Amino acid sequence: MTGASNASDRLWMYATMIKSRHFEALIKPAYFEGKSPVFNMAKGPLPGEMHLSDGQEPCAVGVCAHLRPGDTVTATHRPHHVAIAKGVDLDAMAAEIFGKASGLSGGRGGHMHLFDARVNFACSGIIAQGLGPAVGAALASKLRGDDAVAVAFLGEGAANQGAFHEALNLASVWKVPAIFVIEDNAYGISVSKRDCTAVERNADRAAAYAMPGHFVAGNDADAVHTIAGEAIARARRGEGPSLLEIETCRLEGHFMGDAEGYRPEGEVERLKASDPIPAYRARLLADGFEAADLDRTAAEARAAVDAAFAFARAAAYPDPEEAFTHVFA
Amino acid sequence: MSSPDTATAVRPARRLTIARAIAEAIGQEMERDPDVLVMGEDIAKLGGVFGTTTGLLDRFGPERVRDTPISETAFIGAAVGLAASGMRPVVELMFVDFFGVCMDAIYNLAAKQSYFSGGQVTCPMVLMTSVGGGYGDAGQHSQALYATFGHLPGLKVVIPSNAHDAKGLMLAAIRDPNPVIFMYHKALQGMGWLGTVQRSITDAPEGDYVVPLGKAKCVREGEDITVVGLGLSVHQALDAAGQLAEGGISAEVIDLISVAPLDREAVRASVRRTGRLLVVDDDYLSYGVGAEIIASVCEADIPLRAPPQRIAFPDIPVPFTPVMEHFVLPNADKVTAAVRQMMRVSN
Ligand SMILES: Cc1ncc(C[n+]2csc(CCOP(=O)(O)OP(=O)(O)O)c2C)c(N)n1
Repeated sequence: MTGASNASDRLWMYATMIKSRHFEALIKPAYFEGKSPVFNMAKGPLPGEMHLSDGQEPCAVGVCAHLRPGDTVTATHRPHHVAIAKGVDLDAMAAEIFGKASGLSGGRGGHMHLFDARVNFACSGIIAQGLGPAVGAALASKLRGDDAVAVAFLGEGAANQGAFHEALNLASVWKVPAIFVIEDNAYGISVSKRDCTAVERNADRAAAYAMPGHFVAGNDADAVHTIAGEAIARARRGEGPSLLEIETCRLEGHFMGDAEGYRPEGEVERLKASDPIPAYRARLLADGFEAADLDRTAAEARAAVDAAFAFARAAAYPDPEEAFTHVFA
Repeated sequence: MSSPDTATAVRPARRLTIARAIAEAIGQEMERDPDVLVMGEDIAKLGGVFGTTTGLLDRFGPERVRDTPISETAFIGAAVGLAASGMRPVVELMFVDFFGVCMDAIYNLAAKQSYFSGGQVTCPMVLMTSVGGGYGDAGQHSQALYATFGHLPGLKVVIPSNAHDAKGLMLAAIRDPNPVIFMYHKALQGMGWLGTVQRSITDAPEGDYVVPLGKAKCVREGEDITVVGLGLSVHQALDAAGQLAEGGISAEVIDLISVAPLDREAVRASVRRTGRLLVVDDDYLSYGVGAEIIASVCEADIPLRAPPQRIAFPDIPVPFTPVMEHFVLPNADKVTAAVRQMMRVSN
């Protein structure tokens, strides 16, 4: 049901997906700088692991379209699309990933540990460990009597972690305004979901914790928007947590440099042919949006990312002694 | 069949990475002992994120080489049960930083099974994992945590500095009746996508041999100072010893190999001759390997010519940005400088 999303949300979702995809597009060449001819993860301006979110943008925008700065989001080791959709400061986020002093955390955290307290965003590289903190943030909101919610994003692989099951039970027992969003991209690194998950649909697991569970097919921002809107409104009304399972895809490797030998032949090409962003653009055009409007918002989105990368590259590295600050508050 | 001597003489030296050495050891032990099985995340089809199980799925099939869900509490707990049932599980959890989610299975179950059962039930399992930073992966993927696990009674903890030792240690670890935390350092692993200290790539016998758990090795003899390292820091100590030799300082380098049990006697014997001790460790400083080794020497009442020193990672989380990370990580230059300083203040 596409009609449920209003026009301004749909334009925002389109622009935000473009912003996220363009962010990753600029990461790619930057990541390989200094890493050739011999690839070495330690080298270049972006060392370490890099998990891109290409293909998963509908999950982030469909959910975050309903969120306010005061709502909490916890994300994963694959955080860029969610951070961007939650409104994390783009300049400071890019600078953090480049390890610069003006980064969100002054370069201490990097790509897997983005924190922006201004919009209540955090992420962690340990699988499923964002769920407990989301339950806590949701309880805080309930105790304070405001209507803020907390959303924890996770991969389908993380739904096999004990922390997932404990957090869902706790959220349900305490009836807190938490929403658990599974981005099902079918793989945890090389292991496919069907080889490691006892149920066909993770949404069915909600029944074990007496909360609504929704499966959203098609990697479609509008469909996510509709279902997430209901779950978030329910939480704001004080009716408790929900579980969302969103069918999505990972268009890149698990991390940059992944040879992806575990994929069946032709899979990436097939996935790219159903890339959710051009598909969404075609739908918006069919629904009467003007191409010129879409082009303009897309251009603005890309320009914001270009500016963020220019800012990040020009920014200064921190003083190495800064390593010793903020260990304690 | 040629005699072993001729076989050695004709066999060309191999250049084995630690990753290959580990996979070879596990494969050989699986051939020899049908009770050995391997499980963990991405260890079957992928062959391990750090190459430790390459080729095993094809040779032994999915019953004995199992990809697990991301359910560490369950599969490491299951390994304890397999071990109690007489199997010999080799389990991988790719980064030591992830052990937090399943710590109970490690330090309350595996480590205590023999003791609590009064010796009725043993726990012959190997839990292998990568350690170390230096490549910008930040504080949840770069820790060493040797001392954290060395601190816990009932666990053996080892870390090879080269492929030869890695293979022999893995064979010893699988055969040991106790839980062994087998750590491998990412900077030594020989992965195509990470830099590797070339000295860690060595020859190793193709056949069966063990490097005993709990024994340190002297890897460079010297007279003026004993420098103790483990894993990567062995190579930093060796590099420093090379630099120091040019300035006329003769450093002895000890490769600890094992954190638990700790070969205190090997260190004491060396320091008895040199009178000076420096420990190099990329784990957090406080309550660490360095402290334990220095205490072992002090307790033995060995006459010292300079106060013992340690170089370690400071008591801060591992920062992401390389300008901070490399500032705080140990390296050969820091070792060289510390040794020179110790020589200056010596009597
Ligand atoms: C507790 C823990 N175990 C293992 C890992 C290693 N690891 C990082 S990402 C990943 C796969 C995660 O799969 P999924 O949750 O589906 O997310 P995706 O990568 O597909 O976005 C694994 C196993 C980890 N970071 N934390």
